[in-house]
Amino acid sequence: MTNQVSRGQEIPLRLELRGITKRFGDLVANDHIDITVEPGEVHALLGENGAGKSTLMNQLYGLLQPDEGEIVVNGEAKVFRSPRDAIAAGIGMVHQHFMLVPVFTVAENIALGAEEIRGGPLGILDRRRNRRDVLETSKKYGLPVDPDALIEDLPVGAQQRVEIVKALTRDVDLLILDEPTAVLTPQETDELLSVMRSLAETGKSIVFITHKLREVKAIADRITVIRRGRTVAPSDHPAATLDRNRTSFSPDTPEDELAALMVGRQVSLEVSKTPAEPGREVLKISGLVVDDDRGIRAVDGVDLSVRAGEVLGIAGVQGNGQTELVEAIVGLRAARSGSLELDGESLAGMGTKKILRSGVGYIPEDRSLDGVVKEFSVAENLVLDMYDRPPFGNAFKLNPKAINESAAERVTQFDIRTSSPASTVSTLSGGNQQKVVVAREMSRPLRLMIASQPTRGVDVGSIEFIHSQIIHERDNGTAVLVVSSELDEVVGLADRIAVMYRGKILAIVSPDMPREEIGLLMAGITGAEAAAEPEPEEETE
Amino acid sequence: MTQVSTATVENLTGLAAPDRFWNRDRRLGAGVTVIGLVAALIFGPLAESKTARFTLSTDASGAALSINGQFGTILFGLIAVALGVVMLTGKAKRWQTLLLCLGIAAFVLSFLCWQVAGKFMPLIDTLSGSVEYALPLVLGALAGVLGERSGVVNVAIEGQFLMGAFGAALVGTLATSVWAGLISAMIGGLIIAAMLAVLAIKFLVDQVVVGTVLNLFALGVTGFLYERLMQPNALKYNQPPQMPRWEIPGLADIPVIGPVLFHTNVLVWIALILVFVIHFALKGTRWGLRTRAVGEHPTAADTVGVRVRGLRYVNVMVGGLIAGAGGAYFTLVSTGAFNKNMTAGAGFIALAALIFGRWTPFGALGAALFFGFAQKLAYFLSVAGSPVPNQFLNMLPYIATIVAVAGLVGRVRAPAADGIPYVKS
Amino acid sequence: MTTDVEAPPPAKESPKEKEEGFLTLFLKNLWSANTVTVTVLSIFLALVVGAVLIVVSDSEVLGKFAYFTSRPSDALEASWTLISGAYADLFKGALFDPASFQAWFNGSGTWQAAFNPISETLTYATPLVFTGLAVALAFRGGLFNIGGQGQAIMGCVLAGVAGFAFHLPVGLHLLVALLFGVLGGALWGFVPGFLKARTGAHEVITSIMLNYTALLFLGWLILQKGVQDPERSDAISKTIATSAELPALPAPLRVHLGIVVAVLVTAGVAWIINRSSFGFELRAVGVNPPAAKTAGMSVAKTYTLLMVVAGGLAGLGGATQVLGTADKLTAQVAGNIGFDGLLVALLGRNKPWGTLFAAILYGGLRAGGNLMQVDIGISLELVTVLQALIVIFIAAPAMVKAIFQLRAARSARLGASMSKGW
Repeated sequence: MTNQVSRGQEIPLRLELRGITKRFGDLVANDHIDITVEPGEVHALLGENGAGKSTLMNQLYGLLQPDEGEIVVNGEAKVFRSPRDAIAAGIGMVHQHFMLVPVFTVAENIALGAEEIRGGPLGILDRRRNRRDVLETSKKYGLPVDPDALIEDLPVGAQQRVEIVKALTRDVDLLILDEPTAVLTPQETDELLSVMRSLAETGKSIVFITHKLREVKAIADRITVIRRGRTVAPSDHPAATLDRNRTSFSPDTPEDELAALMVGRQVSLEVSKTPAEPGREVLKISGLVVDDDRGIRAVDGVDLSVRAGEVLGIAGVQGNGQTELVEAIVGLRAARSGSLELDGESLAGMGTKKILRSGVGYIPEDRSLDGVVKEFSVAENLVLDMYDRPPFGNAFKLNPKAINESAAERVTQFDIRTSSPASTVSTLSGGNQQKVVVAREMSRPLRLMIASQPTRGVDVGSIEFIHSQIIHERDNGTAVLVVSSELDEVVGLADRIAVMYRGKILAIVSPDMPREEIGLLMAGITGAEAAAEPEPEEETE
Repeated sequence: MTQVSTATVENLTGLAAPDRFWNRDRRLGAGVTVIGLVAALIFGPLAESKTARFTLSTDASGAALSINGQFGTILFGLIAVALGVVMLTGKAKRWQTLLLCLGIAAFVLSFLCWQVAGKFMPLIDTLSGSVEYALPLVLGALAGVLGERSGVVNVAIEGQFLMGAFGAALVGTLATSVWAGLISAMIGGLIIAAMLAVLAIKFLVDQVVVGTVLNLFALGVTGFLYERLMQPNALKYNQPPQMPRWEIPGLADIPVIGPVLFHTNVLVWIALILVFVIHFALKGTRWGLRTRAVGEHPTAADTVGVRVRGLRYVNVMVGGLIAGAGGAYFTLVSTGAFNKNMTAGAGFIALAALIFGRWTPFGALGAALFFGFAQKLAYFLSVAGSPVPNQFLNMLPYIATIVAVAGLVGRVRAPAADGIPYVKS
Repeated sequence: MTTDVEAPPPAKESPKEKEEGFLTLFLKNLWSANTVTVTVLSIFLALVVGAVLIVVSDSEVLGKFAYFTSRPSDALEASWTLISGAYADLFKGALFDPASFQAWFNGSGTWQAAFNPISETLTYATPLVFTGLAVALAFRGGLFNIGGQGQAIMGCVLAGVAGFAFHLPVGLHLLVALLFGVLGGALWGFVPGFLKARTGAHEVITSIMLNYTALLFLGWLILQKGVQDPERSDAISKTIATSAELPALPAPLRVHLGIVVAVLVTAGVAWIINRSSFGFELRAVGVNPPAAKTAGMSVAKTYTLLMVVAGGLAGLGGATQVLGTADKLTAQVAGNIGFDGLLVALLGRNKPWGTLFAAILYGGLRAGGNLMQVDIGISLELVTVLQALIVIFIAAPAMVKAIFQLRAARSARLGASMSKGW
């Protein structure tokens, strides 16, 4: 431990990845990737979902081994067989899905793998020293954590701090942050960015993986863009967008140009839509109270209303009750109290099947868990909701002919890229899997459409398609409820935005409201100006 | 739209919030009350109004606790009712577990008073019998604790018992040494554990499937070798020496507990020491922290450099050694020879003890003692000619476990990654 | 918790076997790790291990190995004689004995003797088909029905009681007795299914516990008045009325109508899985319960119904056992058919027709094992070892592949993880 400390600050770490290639079967996830990370810099790794960023970083962290290429640390080629080797070489990583044991305390999580022990071979934990180490690191870098709190009791922001402290107690010189801002409020994001900056100033290098252009521009010293497993070669691009060494892009590159680099074509970042024409009240939620799986109140007295022909967006950091709210609406979770009405008819005790069939479409937030049955074919997934209804079948038997015909039709209509409707969904890309869900849910006659994180983990092309489908559904007179933790998505799609914080709707605001103010609301800060605001009728004028 | 319309709030009861009145404590309280009523109102009238003697020895002689059978039956039944009612009121939240244990104990006492009325029950014999029956269960359950806390489900305890029992008989006879027998019993358990570990950890075969198949494998191999070797030539292959009973001078003179715990075979002490050691090791050592992490969130452990599979291998194998020692009980302590399928489902009761004891060493010990007591009681009652069929008492461990996993007695939660093979991303 | 990193679907097999270019394409395919090859090789491996067990447990042959270095031929010859004798018996007892066929053609033997081995094989296979299907069907719905034994016992109990307690006309009596068997099993399947659906209690644990509960219940029942044979003092029940017996071929052949029922039921189960709405539900619930629930299916209802159906199948297996072969209830009437059914389903890869063939294979091993035991005194338990070993090898195709250096190919792995979340 002690020798690591001395190594820590004195020799800054310079990392080179040379020709890293990783294949999964026929798929080339990383194709000869070269990246150099200088000491003390914040290096952004920018790319679409599925571009291969995480695969690359997992190789750097020893979780995967490259098929070709080498990792060079301070001029010395290294082979990382496990994270143990990577940590020993001074590399730490904060994963997108936190690597924390929920039933352990903060101190136990941080100690794990680098425990302070006494009693020699008996290996008795020295909890006092472990705790002290945590507090020391926490203080040194200004990252407050409570060593005795249980992880499962902490909000995500705090869990992320624990992850960072965990890496820092191991005296890493290069810290990989994988999509760290996905779960944070805009304010928390700013805080994190400043932590990254101050870490970089102490000589540590940061690799910042993201697909959010704004953040890249705000913090990065240099940018490497990865597209379909390859680095986008800077040599093909005008010098204006390059950094001094001409190996990466400069943060001065305009946003739309970065987006084009990431996707490979010009993309519009805006959702195009006409003003909404709200009609009757379709969904009416009053006084809704819902508990989460642990019996803790997740939705705490929500009143909402969604009208035909409008998109109501719910903004908020993940884990503020959005999941439970949506699950209660579609009957997947029992409400403790409150009422849910669809066109004036109570949904209480109806059961998911009945609710869906009475005209509710539902795109669940966790596609691979709730949205599709990956082992099933595309055709089977497309009738997951209606398999026992004509023409697809009846209460006893299926009608494979009708199922296959309808599948072929919808594959074309919804632009699902698959070799055949009989292929299993697991062979499809994330975006196309999501299109299967969208196609299924939009094939029923709908009165209400609920889309929860509709474009999470989806490529830009599919995002555009799914967004246009949602707007199309709205224009057909369906009431649409969009839940997303990506504020940009909510702002782009919604006609009205409800901000959810700790199970309550803090305010309903117009999408024209400045981002910073919505951000404050997402953090639970209700200024006078934020709380007052508008009625939907006013905005649609 | 933001305003709350109070008008609709009244007719919300339709949304049927799950009624939390019947929470776990109340359900348990109701249960205790009901069994108390059964004891007082059904057992009571059935009991004879004769003296029930609980002798403090291994036979009818010596000092005894005596009570009128019918009086005792009703008295303890009413005590159980009272305890149940206290639980029902939900006043003594902190003492729920204690009240539950007392309630069950009162019910058992009531039952005993009914059964023993006009007869006697030797307490020391009952207790040491319970401990003896519990012995393999504790060792088997500890094997389960080691495996499952690190994420490997072990339903092959039965197979490890059988291999242990067989190994102990064979080598114990050949070497005419109890200790050689014990060691080979452990090796027998290790063989099954190693197969489990390799198949489950390396080849990612479903752990419950492997465990079940390994049980059948062990049944077949030991049965085959028994019929080929031991049956034709029992003298040469199947007459193991018996484990000696040792006495700790001084401690053995403590009334009741002394003869039960301190004048017994070594295996009992080994088991008790293991319970303590594993408990403290899980809680307070680096190995324990890593084991628990690997059982709860292996990827998290892997990302900080803990060798997930290595640790699982070690734990499953050590578990095999312990379960094998548990198997030795059957041939070196209980009976003097190996017999086909002689463990007769004890491995599954050990599994039940593991679950009933919530994957903790002390929980497993408690559950094993409870199950051991039930078995001893079943034996005692069938000898004493009780009208209660011993088959039903022997069902007790199984039914108790079903009740436990069905969550009727609190939440039973396995380690989060239990049973899930670890595959790197 | 499996972490879902951004990475594309993980590759299961590492593509490293490239050096086998000299093999012809045909041989390559034959030698790839496809289902059939792995199954055949698994059986072969099991027989090899079995042979080793036979030799090491024979003190006479083992004695010859003592001077192996000086006269190896002695030991090898003795081993070969022993093993070939054993396995020849296994074959003769399971399929046909050329000698008895010859005797039949000569007129010195009967056709019954010639067909007896097949009859025995099918007799042993019949209950295994049902208990195997009970496991396979549940497996497809994501449940590991380890409770086949208890369900079969309860099937035996109810079918048996209906068989001797009721007095009904021929035909109807059999039907009623079979239905009672189904009912007994279904009841014993309902409990774990319902508990899983309502409380999440793991079906493996509850059904293991119910196995022993059923066994103890049977042990108690056959000693009760009205059930126990009044002329006997040991634990044995009255005899099933002839009107409730499954019609069989003339003695000494034992094969009975049960095998026909078994084939029909196999077809029925195949239809349920692939073509029925319930089958669609159970397959969806089997691989991804949250998605099934999100799409509106009732996972709880599916689990309960599935276990009822599976239990009913196992109960039917118990019923054929008691109405077809045993004709009385004893403590061991169900033998090991429930656990064997588990092996059968695994060998049949949880497919209905696969299960049928696997059951016949295991029935054959059992029938052959009987001859082996009688003829050269090698314990029938060897068959249990073989059966378990075959499944162990099948379950770990990667191991078989490694042993035989097979090329990687699409090889069926045994279902999803059943032991998740205890």
